[in-house]
Amino acid sequence: MRFLLVEDNQQLAAAILDRLSLDGHVVDYAGDLDTADSFTSTTDYDLILLDIMLPDGDGRSFLEQQRSAGSNTPIIVLTARSEVSDRVGALDLGADDYIPKPFDFSELEARCRAVLRRHSGTSTNDKRFGNVALDALAGTLCVGDTTVTLRNRELRLIEVFFASPGQIISKSKLVDRLFSYDEEVSENAIEVYVGRLRKHLATSDVAIETVRGLGYRLAVP
Amino acid sequence: MSIFRAGTGSIRRRLTLQLLASAALLAVVLFVIVFNFARQIGAESQDRVLAASAASILEATAVQSGEIVIDIPYFAFSMLDNANDDRVFYQIAQDGEVLTGYDDLQTARGPGSAPNFATVAFRGEVLRVVTQTRRLSSDGRPVNVTVTVGQTRDAQAEVLNRISRMAVALGIGFFVVSALLAILAGRVTAESLSRLAASVSRRGPEDLRPVVADVPAEMRPLVRSLNAMIARLSGAFNRTEDFIAEAAHRVRTPLATVRAHAENTLRRVDREENRDSLREMIRAIDESSRAAGQLLDHAMVSLRVDQLELHPVDLHSLTRELADKLAPVAEMRDMDIRLNRMAGAEVMGDAILIQNALRNVLENAIKYSPADTAIDIDLQVRDHRAYVSIRDQGPGFRPGEASTLTGRFTRGENAAGTIGSGLGLTIADEVARAHNGQIEMTNNTEGPGACVTLSFPLR
Repeated sequence: MRFLLVEDNQQLAAAILDRLSLDGHVVDYAGDLDTADSFTSTTDYDLILLDIMLPDGDGRSFLEQQRSAGSNTPIIVLTARSEVSDRVGALDLGADDYIPKPFDFSELEARCRAVLRRHSGTSTNDKRFGNVALDALAGTLCVGDTTVTLRNRELRLIEVFFASPGQIISKSKLVDRLFSYDEEVSENAIEVYVGRLRKHLATSDVAIETVRGLGYRLAVP
Repeated sequence: MSIFRAGTGSIRRRLTLQLLASAALLAVVLFVIVFNFARQIGAESQDRVLAASAASILEATAVQSGEIVIDIPYFAFSMLDNANDDRVFYQIAQDGEVLTGYDDLQTARGPGSAPNFATVAFRGEVLRVVTQTRRLSSDGRPVNVTVTVGQTRDAQAEVLNRISRMAVALGIGFFVVSALLAILAGRVTAESLSRLAASVSRRGPEDLRPVVADVPAEMRPLVRSLNAMIARLSGAFNRTEDFIAEAAHRVRTPLATVRAHAENTLRRVDREENRDSLREMIRAIDESSRAAGQLLDHAMVSLRVDQLELHPVDLHSLTRELADKLAPVAEMRDMDIRLNRMAGAEVMGDAILIQNALRNVLENAIKYSPADTAIDIDLQVRDHRAYVSIRDQGPGFRPGEASTLTGRFTRGENAAGTIGSGLGLTIADEVARAHNGQIEMTNNTEGPGACVTLSFPLR
């Protein structure tokens, strides 16, 4: 997917860019509204992440301008403020969602997904391995002729596997991707979700293998 | 407690009373003037007739062969006739010796031959008399003939009576008209004041625009200083809001940077010790950012509560919207937010505050419940109140603990291990109370979990 990130804090922007690229997205970065304007006039984005306080103006004016120009590209506002501190809420101006800083990447991901799902319904680029197709946006998994809707953690887990097929992924990393940092979870908790995925994938061409002492690996045809 | 010190009364009443007093005074003065003028005119006309009568008698006085001959003309007395049958007395004297008439009639003395007037008592009556002297010549000697004509004053008193009655009526009429005008003036003056007051008090607490009102020139300084104060007030509010927004920005942006980097690093690092310290870092960041966020929210909520602006709020769609907003967060923990019995309810309040209060409760429910459970939201209407209850399947409240949790920085015993600021329920409670609402915290009767209910009076 193609993202536009409008954020004036370079270190934060770098971290977000890093993360989005890690997840396989293409991201353009604008440090101010002017640059953002020139990007949006030449490129169509799947989603825009927009900061509110920018050096050359208020992100909300960009938002208004986009909406009045007829653009319906989903926009998620990244804000250091909260709703109660804004007299005019970003949502009222046409933002699809907002997420307060600092944010959990998983939450950002979940919100992006929700917004995109509301917007287009299904993703255009399903991930396929053999007879398995994953629609990450709709959260559905197709195995042969049967389609199941995945729970959120199942979806995030299978996304981790589908993103790096054949690689060994440690339980610890999976825990960090699935649980929030203030949850006391043992690594065994992962086994529950791996078990559920295996059930969904029982008749498929792929399998989640246990690599003793190291973690799991997605075996693909 | 009244903010006014011992009142200085009402402008309207004072103005009206002052105008009434001056109207009464003017009415009395008017009466006195009219009365005196009438009396003077009356007296003058009687004097003129008396003088004419005396003159006509003197005119008819002649000396015939050394004798004074007076042929009193008929009209000398008929001109004094009137409807009141005023009685007429006369005296004719020659050099102080009474020739004819009433010899005990007092004369009006005075110098010269011009008629002299006097008001005298005569046989129990009050008379107006005129005395005029004519010098005749008898056998070469001068003879002074003095004529005195007196008349009772019944007709004049009668006329005066009539005129004074009219003057009283005039005075009263004048007073009544002035009183009406005074009341009207009082009302008009008070109206421009109360119009100004209304235009100030009608505006909502967030409306800090300058007052623009058509006011009399005398009130302009008041409006000017009112506007100066509004400007200072809105400046102070804006500075506070800007400060809060700026503080939030300054605190949370670097925290976001550190957190994002830490999370990215965590994805790349394999060594378990490093991973542990990164997790600790993220936890600490979450804790401080949660605290900072809630502190700033709390400050902002208090500010908004202080200048609470009431609008009709559709509680039903507000609750639905909130559930939608938090659905992605709940989903991350495989939790469902279920909207069950959702009645329609409209309350008066600040939608953003009410949603923030509910949001704090719902976020708690999501945070403190185990994964794979559901949160149930109901919106019910009873006894003219709307009740939004949020039930989770978490550990619930410890006995006796619920009532303490609305205190600042108080956290339940079951909250250990979960990041929180201890301000969420404080905010919810503050918002509820500002809207004449209530927050009630109980445990579910069926099954485990907490049930937090916010109630607001219906619109």
